[in-house]
Amino acid sequence: MTPSKRLIARATAALALASLAGVAGAQTALDDIVKAKEIKIAIPTDYPPYGFVGTDLQPQGLDIDMAKLIAAKLGVKVELVPVISANRIPYLQTKKAHLVISTLGKNPEREKVIDFTAAYSPFFQAVFAPKSLSIKSFADLSGKSVAVTRGAMEDQELGKVAPANVDVKRFEDNNATVAAFAAGQTQVIATGVAVAGTLMQKNPSLGTEFKLLLKDSPNFIGVAKGEDKLRLKVNEILAAAKASGEIDKMAVKWLGRPAGTLPE
Amino acid sequence: MQFDFGAVLAEWPLLAKGVAWTLGLTAIATLIGMVVGVACAWVRSSGPGWLKWVVGVYVELIRNTPFIVQLFFIFFGLPAAGLRLSPETASIIAMVVNLGAYATEIVRAGLDATPRGQIEAAESLALDRWQIFSRVVLPPALRKVWPSLVSQIVIVMLGSAVCGQISTQELSYATNLISSRNFRNFESFFIATGIYLLLAVALRQLLNWLGPRYFFGR
Repeated sequence: MTPSKRLIARATAALALASLAGVAGAQTALDDIVKAKEIKIAIPTDYPPYGFVGTDLQPQGLDIDMAKLIAAKLGVKVELVPVISANRIPYLQTKKAHLVISTLGKNPEREKVIDFTAAYSPFFQAVFAPKSLSIKSFADLSGKSVAVTRGAMEDQELGKVAPANVDVKRFEDNNATVAAFAAGQTQVIATGVAVAGTLMQKNPSLGTEFKLLLKDSPNFIGVAKGEDKLRLKVNEILAAAKASGEIDKMAVKWLGRPAGTLPE
Repeated sequence: MQFDFGAVLAEWPLLAKGVAWTLGLTAIATLIGMVVGVACAWVRSSGPGWLKWVVGVYVELIRNTPFIVQLFFIFFGLPAAGLRLSPETASIIAMVVNLGAYATEIVRAGLDATPRGQIEAAESLALDRWQIFSRVVLPPALRKVWPSLVSQIVIVMLGSAVCGQISTQELSYATNLISSRNFRNFESFFIATGIYLLLAVALRQLLNWLGPRYFFGR
């Protein structure tokens, strides 16, 4: 076969395989990874300290360390795929990534479309606002404007608990959400604790403080629906890393506290 | 892969609201943007020298920077200067400013194409400067460039998709919201594409019909 014919043959085979996977839910991801000696892992770059771009322009953070750890344990190279909150799940669905390690919380809506491994790091979402604003309960949010990242966990959680007349302003990614709040475009921000931490640190003049807990939601690794072989392999790696203290070490390094007990 | 368009269409109130916002933004931006465009075109072809320079800077600044950057500058940047605008106002201003700059150049091309003799003929009839511009120069100029103007307005309408980035609830915002709720990305964007296509075709038809009737006669 000439190289171009071989390419076509391969493409056809891949296409057939993909359609097969779609129909029968064949578990090919782990084999693909081992064969290609490379795993594609979706990571955040707008979510310090979980994933952000350092001064050397390289992605770094807890999620990136976790991605590298898993690749190392699998004995393959890692290709980091930067994603944002809103497109994390589509990247899995369309097989642009084998794993999503991007502060992904688990909820029933998401479990319908993708599968989750065990948890790998602690996390919670909350409502934050300036000290001058009195917010004691979700009812106090009534009539206030709240910045939130569209499609993120806090967006869904806020929809469940906030009164109907809250002016929810949804932004494309965390940077835009924070920018809107920092610029005073909204009175309140609902976001993850990590983002809020950076926000408070960089904008001390805003006097932002923690107001209400939205959800305690440890982070899980997302795998495409039905890829059980890959999921179990990753769970095995996570269990070993928990036992050896590597997960706690990572949490201390990036979050300043050990991971504690994480759900399986 | 199984498709479920019903899951997206079930959110039709959101889509309808999105369409209304997209059309509303476009309508206001078109009305004001056209006025800005015609005014600036007049300045560039026959205004005072210093004003010509100001308009020139405006036109070049807007035409040589991306729309989303202009939008973000207005929404995220201006609050630092003490000017805080709602997402909707910021979107409209960005669209007006953008369309205004492009319309300036399009209309100016039409004005420049007016034969000198036509203006001299009007002067010999003792029409004043305003009469000459509004009755002799502008209508044929608009007729010449109308197709380009209509295209530009359609581009601005399609460009309004970006306004969802600052939480203006137009059609793209609604689509993104729906797809992030039910994860039906393909269906959501398929439907949005269809709606945009319909809107663009309808808008073009409408403007092609309106132009000759109200702006420059037949």
